[in-house]
Amino acid sequence: MTGFGKLLRTTAFRLAVVYLVIFVLFAGAVLGYVAWNTRRLLESQLSETIETEINSLAEQYRIGGMRRLAATIERRSRQARGFLYLLADTRSEVLAGNATELVQVLQSPPGWREVPFRRADEQESFITLAKVRIFVLPNGMRLLVGHDLEERQRLRQVIRQAMGLSILLVFVLGGFGALMVSRRVLRPVEDIAEAGRRIMSGDLKERLPVRGVGDEFDRLAESLNQMLARIDELMSGMRAVSDNIAHDLRTPLTRLRAGAEEALRNARSPDHLRQALERTIEESDALIKVFNALLMIARAEAGSTPGAMTDVDLAKIVRDVGELYDPVAEEARLRLVVEAQTPVVVRGNRELLGQALSNLVDNAVKYGVPVEGADAPAEVRLTLGCEGGTALLVVADHGVGVPPAERERVLDRFVRLEKSRAQPGFGLGLSLVAAIARLHGGNFRIEDNAPGVRAVLTLPRASAVPVAAQ
Amino acid sequence: MTMKILIVEDDAEAAAYLAKGLREAGHVADHAGDGEKGLEMALSAPYDVMIVDRMLPRRDGLSLVSAVRGEGRETPILVLSALGQVDDRVVGLRAGGDDYLSKPYAFTELLARVEALGRRRGSSPAQTVYRVGDLEMDRLSHRVARGATEIDLQPREFRLLEYLMRNAGQVVTRTMLLEHVWDYHFDPQTNVIDVHMSRLRSKIDKGFDKPLLHTVRGAGYMIRDGLR
Repeated sequence: MTGFGKLLRTTAFRLAVVYLVIFVLFAGAVLGYVAWNTRRLLESQLSETIETEINSLAEQYRIGGMRRLAATIERRSRQARGFLYLLADTRSEVLAGNATELVQVLQSPPGWREVPFRRADEQESFITLAKVRIFVLPNGMRLLVGHDLEERQRLRQVIRQAMGLSILLVFVLGGFGALMVSRRVLRPVEDIAEAGRRIMSGDLKERLPVRGVGDEFDRLAESLNQMLARIDELMSGMRAVSDNIAHDLRTPLTRLRAGAEEALRNARSPDHLRQALERTIEESDALIKVFNALLMIARAEAGSTPGAMTDVDLAKIVRDVGELYDPVAEEARLRLVVEAQTPVVVRGNRELLGQALSNLVDNAVKYGVPVEGADAPAEVRLTLGCEGGTALLVVADHGVGVPPAERERVLDRFVRLEKSRAQPGFGLGLSLVAAIARLHGGNFRIEDNAPGVRAVLTLPRASAVPVAAQ
Repeated sequence: MTMKILIVEDDAEAAAYLAKGLREAGHVADHAGDGEKGLEMALSAPYDVMIVDRMLPRRDGLSLVSAVRGEGRETPILVLSALGQVDDRVVGLRAGGDDYLSKPYAFTELLARVEALGRRRGSSPAQTVYRVGDLEMDRLSHRVARGATEIDLQPREFRLLEYLMRNAGQVVTRTMLLEHVWDYHFDPQTNVIDVHMSRLRSKIDKGFDKPLLHTVRGAGYMIRDGLR
């Protein structure tokens, strides 16, 4: 593919060509108008000149009669000023004038005429057009006064030449402009395409060049960079999931296998075997739970549940989950206080939001019992509020809390703090909450409740969700 | 109650386990290995319940369900899926499935659901009064009594008991309870259902000679007059 062939197929070039054609047509129309107008002006000027000449001849006729008129015509015929005269009697006998060949024309009815006329110059004779006016004098004689149209002809030629030249100029300049524009438009696009190819075949961490002028191409590059960042993020997420699966499922899988092997080797009675099998099922159930949670986190992070998003009342979910956990809290000697009266509608997945809240309340009930001697009420508080367009869901306890340095880290997968090792769990609960929050365009953070944990989940309210975020 | 069950599942081994388990539970189980065969069998013989895997060769599970419904068959269908997407369940039910279970599942869970589906079909529409032993529930007046003793229940406890009594004599799993009584399908980390059940048990069984609410080990709960 030659560079020119490539250029021909670019949008920029095609646009330039269309523009050029329109420009040329426009320029032609303007020139044509000017030419037509000039010609009209010239013609009316000529008519006026002839009219003046006629008037002056009429003056001569009034002063000196026929004789004086003929003499004047004779005299003026000799001063080659481009005027044509012809005076003939009723029998078409030429009396005076320099346009004897127009004697036939003289017989036509009086008025303005444009007639061909052979003009004899010093060197040659040529046919040109002449504008003439024919009169019938009171005595029946006929008079023709005219002027050749050579000037008009010459003007036409000049205009034609000028027109050709300027159209050529317009073509050359326009074509040059088109090439420049298309090259200028092409280059950033080519740069972006080139960088894109490089990134695809190489490192996803690389970014497209942004020239910083803030034009359409910069915006395009910025959008593509954001897309790359998102792809990179998702890829890392997937990589992290597979790493975690490798690390954290291998251990329990090994245990599961070892347990089954051991039972097979050492079981003394059917009862022994039964117990071993039951343990195996329990362990595999636990594994399935971890696996499901990991998948759910990955899916929520990939944002792949658009079909399941509806308008849901967060207050209803909070009350439901509160009610679900109320007896559990009571068993842990905790009071579960739910404050969610007014409906707060968010756009989301009811099951996922329920899961997130359930994880938070579950944590609060597990770790929310105040430490011995602490001056704090034994309660878990579930509060749903609003701050402008944001729904604010807070699960607060007065338990052991999370050290400030760990508050970010507990949101990662499989992170379990030392104090929590004694409780069942896999360290996935809070990462799932964070992933669900992100999926809903919200945010999740752990704060200090002095003492205890304040888990804050913020979600954009349904009416406040911009369309673009959908 | 013996049920005739059609299993449409392409994994022969999984289908064999399933069929064996169902037969042990006293049911008749047929197996189809792909979607077309499944449709043919579903239309040629009357089944009480169908178990349909979502991913099948020749005709996928959801299309099979739609086709069966398109033929005017009301056979209850349990859809199985290994996909595990959040809205899989919604998609499965929208296609005409009656219940949904994601793989891997516990056989007890599947059995309980299949039996619930088959029963729902056989039983007359909702009765007004449920009776199990001397426990009586009037669903109109919301009155629950055991013999002459009135039992005071919270609304949620009432719905819990109502679901158990409607499925009296049958195992009801924890997830089934969460789905039908709370209408949630997520996985609560702790056994919250157990705590609710022990509360309910303390209200209807405590102080009476014969317990009615039984825990079925490894499966769930059952309300029944006398032990199995």
